[in-house]
Amino acid sequence: MDLAATIVLNGLTLAALYFIVASGFSLIFGLMRVVNMAHGTLYLVAGYVGYRVFEPLYDADVWWAWYAGLAAGIVAAAVAGALLQWVLLSWMQGQELRQALVTIGVSIIVADQVLAIFGGTPRQFFAPDAIFGSTRVPFVGGYPTFRLVQIGIAIAVGIALWLVLNRTRLGMMIRAGVDDREMLGACGVNVPRVGIAVFALGAALCGLGGVIGSTAQPLALGQDGRFLLISLVVVIVGGMGSITGTAIGAILVGLAEQIGQAMFPTYSVILTFVIMVAVLALRPQGILGRA
Amino acid sequence: MRSAAFRAIGALLLVAAPFLLLVVLPQNQALFWTANVLGRAIVFGIIALSLSFLATYGGFISLAQMMVAGSAGYAVAILVDGAVPTIVGGVPYALAMPIALVVATLMGLLVGAVAVRTRDIYLLMITLAVAMGVFRFVETNIAWFNGYEGIRNVVGPQLFGTDFRNPYVFYYVSLVVAALLYGGVLYLVRTPFGLVLQGIRDNDRRVAALGYSVKLHRIAAFGVAGFIAGAGGVLATIYNIGISPGTIGLGPTVNVLIMSVIGGLGHPAGAFIGSLIFTVFDTFAANIYDRDRFNTLIGLVFLVIVLVSPDGMVGLGTRLRSLLGARRAPQP
Repeated sequence: MDLAATIVLNGLTLAALYFIVASGFSLIFGLMRVVNMAHGTLYLVAGYVGYRVFEPLYDADVWWAWYAGLAAGIVAAAVAGALLQWVLLSWMQGQELRQALVTIGVSIIVADQVLAIFGGTPRQFFAPDAIFGSTRVPFVGGYPTFRLVQIGIAIAVGIALWLVLNRTRLGMMIRAGVDDREMLGACGVNVPRVGIAVFALGAALCGLGGVIGSTAQPLALGQDGRFLLISLVVVIVGGMGSITGTAIGAILVGLAEQIGQAMFPTYSVILTFVIMVAVLALRPQGILGRA
Repeated sequence: MRSAAFRAIGALLLVAAPFLLLVVLPQNQALFWTANVLGRAIVFGIIALSLSFLATYGGFISLAQMMVAGSAGYAVAILVDGAVPTIVGGVPYALAMPIALVVATLMGLLVGAVAVRTRDIYLLMITLAVAMGVFRFVETNIAWFNGYEGIRNVVGPQLFGTDFRNPYVFYYVSLVVAALLYGGVLYLVRTPFGLVLQGIRDNDRRVAALGYSVKLHRIAAFGVAGFIAGAGGVLATIYNIGISPGTIGLGPTVNVLIMSVIGGLGHPAGAFIGSLIFTVFDTFAANIYDRDRFNTLIGLVFLVIVLVSPDGMVGLGTRLRSLLGARRAPQP
């Protein structure tokens, strides 16, 4: 019982992280129809830039070191995302495959430059005291507080995204853009600027995930590929461009990974892919995707 | 007629390359070029050919081709005598290699079946996800794939009393395999199957309305590509004297795409042109920019090609020729 509860809780905390990262991917795909293959790279950028800011502050024993690192990581990712859209992708709108190839090229270059600038040493953030340590959870016992915070942040991100998309002017423009870009432009909206905003927002979410993920587990090269893969699988399973679908996809993938690792360690990856293939066979557009 | 002459000269050059290199370079450098630049370029060109075949005639940009090649490599490594560690072992190369091709073909069919209802960027995403899933499975599974370390000492069979890895033997075997597969692709696309495939690329609904099964043709095309990739995978495994999960990771997966795109996705020859350019850059990155920054360099080349000439070097050549031809046209 205890073990089962721990596994489920582990799965959910992992799902929370996956949701934060993948929601950015899904958002960008939903409006821009861009498969951002550099999404994992944005995760790396946020982690390493955030760490650059975090480290000296942490050594100086400032209580807000982690928050500063978090902010720096988010900003770095958002700026990188906005630049990617503004400089490279905006003028080949509609050529989806070409855009995907461009993001692949960018991801190769940026990942290599990250290695050159920050070195290959794995890094890990230390969470501030307020959310460090362990908390007692029924059925489970002591559990890392930060992981519970992770779930809280994911829920907050989900609600905030829902509010932004459904209750604000920007959200209205984004949803209109998904359905008909040209008509949106004809209504007097600056569609390219909305595109940059969406890219910045999606990248910022990835940056948030980057710093949080690098607090829960070490940040190293190779994480970019891992989180790109996670984002792909989560949105393929959940449905492209749907926030609720992304949440469902993240929970399925997170739980499958943890349950798989507990029950048949060296075959655990297969479980995730069985889910993906099953979804593809039955509903190619994903669980909540629109056809 | 002139292009036929060009082709004949090109083929002659490829056959004579090891000896021409001996004339212009000292012996050890000529050997290095034969095996580690040209030989390697041909082997990876074969893997890239499987992608170019799918992209050119089916419109499918599959990112699973390196993984499919790796499945053949692993099949050989698992089966053959002398591999370290021995997983199954005891099978001679003459039997293990055909089995590996069958494995790769089946793997290709499987990828095709998984991705059968998707296209364009969705297909790209799904094939990448499948490839990375297999990669992570192989990396974590010790019993069958020896996990992270992989399987070493796959040296290839003896051929006419010489080592398979003798630079000349390896070069000519790879060249013959590549030529057969390249010719096979050019032949296949003129058969009814190839024509239907191109019809699907241009308009799958019409093809379906004509009574062809779009799904079966698509899956079969992935099977053919799997066979091609498998041949490249077996050769690459022997070239590397073994195989490890790193060979089918995200980097190599993307590298195959880079080769095909640099060469040009509009023609199967692009695969070999691209892989040659890639290999030359890979080998001499140290002299051009910085030894460790090869990825930045090739990434920039790739990015420039995608931005400037989406149909790659082949497209660039075609445009250049039509430009020259247009200039010459007024004076017949």
